[in-house]
Amino acid sequence: MRATRTVLFHAVSAALAILFLFPLLWALLNSLKTTAEANQQPPTWFPQSLSLDNYRSLTTFDQGIATYLWNSVLVSALTVIGSVVVCVLGGFGFARFTFRGKHLLFVATLAILMVPYATILLPLYILLARMGLQNTLIGLALVLVMFQIPFGIFLMRNSFEAIPRELEEAALVDGCSNYGAFRHVSLRMVMPGAVTVGLFSFLTSWNEYLAPLIFLNDGSKYTLPVMLVNIRYASYNIIDFGALQAGVVIAMLPCLVVYLLLQRFYVSGLVAGALRG
Amino acid sequence: MTLTRVETGAPAPAAAPRPSRGPAARRPLTGWLFVAPTALIVAALFLAPLGVLIYMSFTDWPLLADPTLNGLDNYRAIANDDMFLEAITFTLVYTAITTVVLFAVAFVLVAISNSYRRGTRFYRTAFFLPYVVGVAAASTMWWVDAHDQLGVFNQVLRGVGLIEAPVGFLETPGKALFTVIALVVWKFIGFQVIVLLVGLQSIPEELYEAARVDGASAWQRLRYITIPGLKPTLALLTVLSVTGSLLAFDQFYVLTHGGPDNSTVTVVLALYNKAFQSFRLGDAAAEAVVLLVALVLLNVIQLRLLRNREN
Repeated sequence: MRATRTVLFHAVSAALAILFLFPLLWALLNSLKTTAEANQQPPTWFPQSLSLDNYRSLTTFDQGIATYLWNSVLVSALTVIGSVVVCVLGGFGFARFTFRGKHLLFVATLAILMVPYATILLPLYILLARMGLQNTLIGLALVLVMFQIPFGIFLMRNSFEAIPRELEEAALVDGCSNYGAFRHVSLRMVMPGAVTVGLFSFLTSWNEYLAPLIFLNDGSKYTLPVMLVNIRYASYNIIDFGALQAGVVIAMLPCLVVYLLLQRFYVSGLVAGALRG
Repeated sequence: MTLTRVETGAPAPAAAPRPSRGPAARRPLTGWLFVAPTALIVAALFLAPLGVLIYMSFTDWPLLADPTLNGLDNYRAIANDDMFLEAITFTLVYTAITTVVLFAVAFVLVAISNSYRRGTRFYRTAFFLPYVVGVAAASTMWWVDAHDQLGVFNQVLRGVGLIEAPVGFLETPGKALFTVIALVVWKFIGFQVIVLLVGLQSIPEELYEAARVDGASAWQRLRYITIPGLKPTLALLTVLSVTGSLLAFDQFYVLTHGGPDNSTVTVVLALYNKAFQSFRLGDAAAEAVVLLVALVLLNVIQLRLLRNREN
């Protein structure tokens, strides 16, 4: 009886797991077929011969995959660095100091979460144009940092508040400056929080579609997701399904790898962000 | 539901900041220096655009020309904008179905993920992986898979003998909606499962032991311990799923492009089209304000509910 139930459990669970993993594996498998085979009707189950054709054809799509990959890397790097720096500094400021307007600023920061993301992109398009930042990767990254700030500030403030003050005070007594205490004592202890903020910033910025779609109108500035959807819409009759799936693989692989490596920080971030209280 | 929405629960519990003590606290200027970047970004990229949005909504603003004030015209126009009204109806229907289906599927997957059997970790990871893939990439992938001639979905269904002729998964409004919801469940369910698991783990084990000692059946334990214990988690997930679905864009833009026959145009897609296809920024801004007010109200209600729970 017990054994039957275990077998049944694994049969159902494995079937479901395959259902979830299948589209991911299928994209990978298809991307490795030859161009002809990837566009064959009906599709073949396994590649008859392994080939990098589809990845090669991406190098000649519009500006070439290298340009889009570089743009995505640049936007993500700027967003991650920006979010981590701003949130670590801000989190420390909110946790350790009293100053005029502190509460107001904190509420304004968290209010970002209340406002639907899509609605604010509209006026941002106008404002970025006035600042000369529209159609630039820096402008895009700044907007993405703004959307990371509420979660990041909240998480970092809590991380700093969790550090016993005695530790910092001991450092001050030992002759550290305020800044020294911050750098050598507090900063080390909030590293897990900072990694979590960086991880979320990376996944969001790497995957973001609507913001670059609106802000970037120059083909050479497009990020990977924008390029992907362009392949799908560019030429209605001659869509290269192989190239499309190779593009999907390039877009999703970094996320899967980063997640599998940093899983621990991811879950703790979800818990801190979604469930505190 | 983008990642940013994940943390909507955050503002609620923001415990009143502890009064800062210590030597650093006496230097208000230093405090401001630390938060200056935050303040700058919040002011320039959040508060300012919020003001501009409201101003925009009272103007006639063709994207490439200067705006002229036109009072409440844009708001009045909403009542006659069938496209937008239909988008609201469609978005509400989509939100209702998605929220229900997400929960139904999540309960099955949580039952598996919460088991003590070997291999559970693998299953959990499998359910979660699609969540870290971007919506645009996932939608593109599904668009290929759902293709009537080249798609693998048809291939599989034919292989197991369920269908004979290929199905056009995006051909009719009903099928298109079904396909998008299937994609959304596949893509977002992992988040729901993880949050539910964390919620389950926060229920003290002693409660179950006590119930067992008292001879409570499995059903009774579920009814009187698990479900009440999960209530806050369920409330939070409902709000996240509702707000996320109300703002759906990527999956529709990529998978159906609002079609067939404009049957799957969501509110945000309608907004995008109005602003960047029809270049009517003023009208789009008024609609955005309506959407914004609706979502802020929803969030306020959520905060109230969460507060009540705490008291």
